[in-house]
Amino acid sequence: MKSNTAYAIYILWLRQIKRYFRSKSRIVGSLGQPIVFLVALGFGFGSIFAKAGGGNYIQFLSPGIIAMSIMFTAVFSGIELIWDRQFGFLKETMVAPVSRLSIMFGRTLGGATTSTIQGVIVFLITIVIGFRPDIAAVLWGLLFMFGIAIVFTAFGTAIASTMEDMQGFGLIVNLVNMPLFFLSGALFPLTTAPFWIQWIAFINPLSYGVDGLRAAFTGVSQNSIGVDAIVIAGITVLFLVVGSWLFNRVEV
Amino acid sequence: MVLFQFVMPDSAISVKNLTKKFKHSLVAVDDISFDVENGSVFAFLGPNGAGKTTTIKMLTTLLHPTSGTIRINGMDPVKQSHAVRQSFGIVFQDPSLDDELTAYENMFFHAGLYGVPRKESPGKIEDLMKFVELWDRKDSLVKTFSGGMKRRLEIARGLLHTPAILFLDEPTTGLDPQTRNYIWTYIKKLNEERGLTVFFTTHYMEEAERAAQRVAIIDHGKIVINDTPANIISSSGTASLEDAFIKLTGRAIREQEGTGMDQMRTMRQAWRGGRR
Repeated sequence: MKSNTAYAIYILWLRQIKRYFRSKSRIVGSLGQPIVFLVALGFGFGSIFAKAGGGNYIQFLSPGIIAMSIMFTAVFSGIELIWDRQFGFLKETMVAPVSRLSIMFGRTLGGATTSTIQGVIVFLITIVIGFRPDIAAVLWGLLFMFGIAIVFTAFGTAIASTMEDMQGFGLIVNLVNMPLFFLSGALFPLTTAPFWIQWIAFINPLSYGVDGLRAAFTGVSQNSIGVDAIVIAGITVLFLVVGSWLFNRVEV
Repeated sequence: MVLFQFVMPDSAISVKNLTKKFKHSLVAVDDISFDVENGSVFAFLGPNGAGKTTTIKMLTTLLHPTSGTIRINGMDPVKQSHAVRQSFGIVFQDPSLDDELTAYENMFFHAGLYGVPRKESPGKIEDLMKFVELWDRKDSLVKTFSGGMKRRLEIARGLLHTPAILFLDEPTTGLDPQTRNYIWTYIKKLNEERGLTVFFTTHYMEEAERAAQRVAIIDHGKIVINDTPANIISSSGTASLEDAFIKLTGRAIREQEGTGMDQMRTMRQAWRGGRR
């Protein structure tokens, strides 16, 4: 029966993927926000950024927007847990001869994969808008995208495990997402920001995701790519452990 | 079709001195004992809030008992939860299908979760979907199904990993008489032809009277009576199981405390209504 664990995880992953590709409106709909940010900020602030000596703003902004769209999709994928609870499918998985840990893993991998796909689509859009990444480092870039996706899917699942209704989930998620996004260095460099903002950016997981993506795609970053990778890997483990612990307490 | 992959004791289900206390000192199930014979159809009846669902949850590994012992096909649901889960199928009170997937995909994913050998599963899925007469709708999304079709699919799904016991928690609630009849025909056929043990709850007393070989009535967490339908009717001096049930459990309407689950149920119904 042990050998079934991997297949069960695969099955739970496959389910998320199927559902994702089946809801075309969700894919298209969630591209709206990143496009608006890219166009409005990219072209709006571009000249100011260049005048201030920052260089090409699209080049700076694109990794940030890719990271943002992955984070938002990933955290919101937690809502599927609440959804499954409400529509009963969670019970079907909970009485199956599969450990809670595998269920949590399958779900997280599924959510992370769809968020990464979303990130790749946004990445392609940034290229259309004028982003010129270093193609040699695309593999590193994909790795960071997946890292951000795992961290925030686990985070979303953890929150969803403690919630019973979708409205509450939406409120909490927005409360957390927005500050994390604005204080991650995705939109503007935080090196000259007040000390306390830098401190928040320092403990913000997204900062390292954005910085890592920037390092991979443009070669310009605050930390070295290795530091970013290690931090993201560490946070991934932490969030997976916390998420599993909370998911283990879910009653059906 | 091989049904018994397990060494079968005489009792498919054996419960001794089972008790469940919840944190807020409510005793939901109070020292109950009963046995369900292998290959029999057993009805577990009781008013709302009597302890039916709590008992089913304990039997099906979803809840740990406070005290007492349970044996499902000879195994302990607490210590051998995976083996026990492999040995029963369940149709929950509320739907538990994935609406966004097709009927076939729902079956396929179940087979994957239960480790049904990949060579066997397509054939088994086809057999069972034909049995519940849904094979021609196998590629339709479940959200396009009627309540009765969903129930039939859930029964087929519950049987996919060839369990020895099938739990049915109010399988016919909210269905029209035709569909209810249909579903009972399937269940009887399964019991008679394949020797499946069936444990079910219902609020329709005539269903229990017709289908069950044995009926247990639970009230306030205690089993009031456990006998054949005919004996229950004659010993209570009434004309039907429904009258006997009322006589044994009283006329008062039970107010169930609204739990989180109930609120969800209400919300889901609101959602469903809003979508249409």
